[in-house]
Amino acid sequence: MKMASIQSMLGSRTQLRRDILGYMFIAPWLVGFIVFTAGPMIGLVYLAFTRYPVLSPPTFNGLDNLERMVGDRFFTISLWNTAYFTFLGVPAQVVWALMLALLLNMRVHGVNVFRTLYYLPTIIPGVASVFLWMYIFNPDYGLANYILSLFGIPGQAWLWDPELSKPSLIIMELWRVGTMMVVFLAGLQGVPSSLYDAAAIDGAGMFAQFRHVTVPMITPLIFFNLVVGIISSFQIFTAAYIATQGGPVHTTLFYVLFVYRHAFENLRMGYASLLAWVLFFIILVFTIVQFRMARLWVFYEVE
Amino acid sequence: MGVLRSGMRPISFPFVSNAIRYALLILGGVICFIPLGWMVSTSLKMPGTEFIFPPELIPRPVVWSNYIDAVTRPGHPFFLYTRNSVVITLAATLGTVLTSSFVAFGFARIRFRGRDFWFIVLLSTLMLPDVVRLIPSFILFKLLGWIDTLLPLIVPFWFGVNAFYVFLIRQYFRTIPLELDEAALMDGAAYVRIYWQVILPISGPVLGAVTIFSVLSHWNDFLGPLIYTNSVDLRTLALGLRFFMSRTGTDWNQLMAASILMLAPILALFFSMQRYFIRGIHMTGFGGR
Repeated sequence: MKMASIQSMLGSRTQLRRDILGYMFIAPWLVGFIVFTAGPMIGLVYLAFTRYPVLSPPTFNGLDNLERMVGDRFFTISLWNTAYFTFLGVPAQVVWALMLALLLNMRVHGVNVFRTLYYLPTIIPGVASVFLWMYIFNPDYGLANYILSLFGIPGQAWLWDPELSKPSLIIMELWRVGTMMVVFLAGLQGVPSSLYDAAAIDGAGMFAQFRHVTVPMITPLIFFNLVVGIISSFQIFTAAYIATQGGPVHTTLFYVLFVYRHAFENLRMGYASLLAWVLFFIILVFTIVQFRMARLWVFYEVE
Repeated sequence: MGVLRSGMRPISFPFVSNAIRYALLILGGVICFIPLGWMVSTSLKMPGTEFIFPPELIPRPVVWSNYIDAVTRPGHPFFLYTRNSVVITLAATLGTVLTSSFVAFGFARIRFRGRDFWFIVLLSTLMLPDVVRLIPSFILFKLLGWIDTLLPLIVPFWFGVNAFYVFLIRQYFRTIPLELDEAALMDGAAYVRIYWQVILPISGPVLGAVTIFSVLSHWNDFLGPLIYTNSVDLRTLALGLRFFMSRTGTDWNQLMAASILMLAPILALFFSMQRYFIRGIHMTGFGGR
């Protein structure tokens, strides 16, 4: 036998061995992927075209669910509520997180204590935070109205006022921007001080430095925080489920709550499956749009 | 102290400037702290005084009984809820850390055919919001007879369903030099040994970050237990808090006390592992929710 063929035989046996080993290592994920992700998602495609009241098996009903969705007033309301909450709330979160990060980026003694303090609200369990804010926003004896009264402003009904219910939830979320803040802080610390030196030599003051040095250097992080923020904001559930139950007058009927009610309270799994697909596509579209838009205004440092 | 960022022009009134800095920092701190302080204050008030307006900011007298009442509330076994939360959090986190690192080892260090394909599949599952999985998963667990057990909240995490952690650990493993495991004729057992005895022990930072994120997300999870369990015996703390509210009124003192008890272990974890925590966010940009 020639040397080369022996080597290639050995080589292919080694490769086969590697293949077996490789699949052995990824097997847990692969099995999980097929059983807990791929299988169910294929099932979800089918279920979207069925009537499935859970207690009896699904029956194919063609495009009935789609027809129903198009005429469903609450579908539109829940989309609007979610969009309102997201497009007002997430930019506010990004701005507030950046402001906190700028404060924490100041070089003063004891700044680490403030870092911990600013981050603390973020690790509070979501449920506990919702209850806390329900109490703060209480129209009769809440802390929020007390603070307003100090400034001579009449008390509000907050979560229980159709006009204020969504803004109240936005305020609640603003309290927990710690993750965004830490991401910004890392970015701010990575801005080379030589850039500030150069700007200062050119006569740039604090605000000019912020505008022309800081902002361009951290735009990738602004963009990242926006994308992650929008995706998670679209999935708001717990606050609306516990505090307002979608009210008052459906002003906090957010999309996931709407899907939840159809799936697990009205037992319309077929319809809910279609609604879940719609959510998936909305999130996908926003992710893609954001990545495309990012090219216009995100500044990536040239390596 | 003159520890100004080198780029800033020297400021002629360093004392004033530092005073303003501290004033701003404290202002931000007060805004972050008020709700937290309110939570603690309410938990220490005499029952009944929480409905007074204008509210008492500092409880007089300070009473600790709310904590005892919260954990001994009739019909709501607080310690059972705690045990359920602990079981789910530990079991799911152990599964997440072991499975994610095992799978990540395969993707990072073995050149098998189809590796890139499967890795792209894994990455694409990251785009799938959890909420979208909920309905089909519920149906699957119903078929398996797992509804109203703790299994749906544990078992999937032994099968790497959180692809993000696999991705994260794989990125870390790839930074470790390959020399050790490139010997051509090693058998499977040798690879497992390398994974267990060589790679894992030097992967503390990434495993620490994954552990913290996982603990946080399972401890705080509300939607999962809400959907997959019904009976009182299986309730987690996150679910149990809800029952301090009722049609007849809410025991705010007890609710806040129970919330603080639920928060305490997370807080302890946060303070003892703050370094991993912050580094984890730097690695991922996520806070584990």
